[in-house]
Amino acid sequence: MNAPDERLVIAVRKHLGDFALQCDLGLPLAGLTAIFGASGSGKSTLLNLVAGLLRPDDGRIAVGSTVFFDHAARVDMPVEQRALGVVFQDARLFPHLTVRGNLHYGWRRAGARAKPAPIGFDQVVALLGIAALLERRPHTLSGGEKQRVALGRALLAQPRLLLMDEPLAALDAARKVEVLPYIERLRDELRVPILYVTHALDEVLRLATAVVLLEHGQVAVAGPLADVAAQPAAAARFGADIGALAYGRIAAHDERYGQTTIRFDAFELRVPRVALKVGAAVRARIPARDVALALSRPADVSISNRIEGRIETINPLNESGSQVEVAVRVAPATVLRALVTREAVDRLGLQPGLSLWCLVKAVALDAGTLALASGAAATRGAAANDEPGRGAPQRAR
Amino acid sequence: MLTAAELDALRLSLQVALVAVACSLPAAVAAAWLLARCDFPGKSLLDAVIHLPLVLPPVVIGFFLLLLFGTKGPLGGWLYEHLGIRLIFTRWGAALAAAVMAFPLMVRAIRLALEAVDRGLEAAARTLGASRLDVFCSITLPLMLPGILSGCIVAFAAALGDFGATITFVGNVQGETQTLSLAIYSLTQTPDGDAAALRLVLISLAVAIAALVVSEALARRVRLFIGRA
Repeated sequence: MNAPDERLVIAVRKHLGDFALQCDLGLPLAGLTAIFGASGSGKSTLLNLVAGLLRPDDGRIAVGSTVFFDHAARVDMPVEQRALGVVFQDARLFPHLTVRGNLHYGWRRAGARAKPAPIGFDQVVALLGIAALLERRPHTLSGGEKQRVALGRALLAQPRLLLMDEPLAALDAARKVEVLPYIERLRDELRVPILYVTHALDEVLRLATAVVLLEHGQVAVAGPLADVAAQPAAAARFGADIGALAYGRIAAHDERYGQTTIRFDAFELRVPRVALKVGAAVRARIPARDVALALSRPADVSISNRIEGRIETINPLNESGSQVEVAVRVAPATVLRALVTREAVDRLGLQPGLSLWCLVKAVALDAGTLALASGAAATRGAAANDEPGRGAPQRAR
Repeated sequence: MLTAAELDALRLSLQVALVAVACSLPAAVAAAWLLARCDFPGKSLLDAVIHLPLVLPPVVIGFFLLLLFGTKGPLGGWLYEHLGIRLIFTRWGAALAAAVMAFPLMVRAIRLALEAVDRGLEAAARTLGASRLDVFCSITLPLMLPGILSGCIVAFAAALGDFGATITFVGNVQGETQTLSLAIYSLTQTPDGDAAALRLVLISLAVAIAALVVSEALARRVRLFIGRA
């Protein structure tokens, strides 16, 4: 098991034809780190370098105290000794083996390397729900089933680090929905750090605890997801509306109206009923598009989530300045963002320091924007809820 | 049913062809690997030399074998002096001639099969802890099996049917180097040998059909084994 302060160091340079990748990263060896970027940005190259399937031109790759590659010291550990698990976009199950044979392939070769608390066969089969598939041949499986088996196979190799190269990219929307929860469970129940390459922002926002943004082979942004999402400049580079991230716990379910109440630090939100237990730690993404502003608390409005706060900053979002992002601090640790027009800012006289109300439509927060919080992030969010002396939480009225 | 001489020819033919295929299989796999996966100076030359038996007249191949492996030749002489092995006029020489003629066909089929193996699967196997040799044995070779099988069948047929190289290199010694092809030829050259020649022709036909049937059945089982429905 890796000590909490151990890092995955990737400081490499690699040329492939016209393309050049250069990065200097120190990533946490816990949770799920997403490597995000457009096609051709170098994400898969980076993953292949860590896996050992490609050799860097220069630099160093180390996991904690284990050095995979060091150009100066002439170290290049062969792929098979790196104790990694890799899940590829196309599953790559061995056609001449059954599912059981595939699962055993890495397991058999892990042997002496087995960790103090090894990942067990039955545990993985149960986690991924593949017990019924064990005697089948890969060509008889659906895309989603193949990826789950591929996940199991990589896990059973007792990896110190799990690498996933766009594992959901080849699946249709229904299969993605099927497989995503398994990756969440993997992240939360098995303490294996994950490096997850994707070009889909929704996967990043749902799964990641840390994120790296690659553009044309260079690292544009890197850090914990909550921190990145909180900085407008960084968030904007993701090319889409991340909005605000808030950490809270499921407080109650309302069966009559089919709603769930989530308690955050100092405010609550009502959302459509989610299938999570009371007390579960969640991370909610509140897209800026779904937040409206009002100078006084409106009574005759359909929006049920009305949260009081104070404007911190107002930043233009496009070149003409016609669209503006207003950051409103609603709690000591939470800033909501609202996407409004410049016309509205002028009409309402919005400026930093002004007290006002944020209106968040309940239906805007659905399964796509709610994710189980994991690890450190969950602890932080939950701790903020549980700290005494915060005063009564603002109820959404 | 069959005369002693006919049985001899049949048994000899099968023995020669089987030995030829079995012995050249490892070399053919190695050659296919070199040509498909490696890059080195002289690669085209190796490729050309391997394919010579396909384009040169068989008698010329037999002649080259005579030069090299005859008891006075560089390789034949060494074998005779140090290991007491004589190839000329023996069934082992016949096997060598058949093997050389069949080799390029075997290499082609195996190389195709090797090139068809998904390199991505091999990479996946390495990430799961398999060394390169382990990957070859547990992944590449099983997936090449249909190609190897088809290569063996083609080689077997070519070895069985060889005439020019065999008769030039090891002669036409009944019971020792007179395979079915040579026996049929000899019979057609003797007066009143046509009937006997016809019998041998029918035997050859039966062997060929049996080989095809067996190969089809094997191929089907192998396809199932490697998981192609």
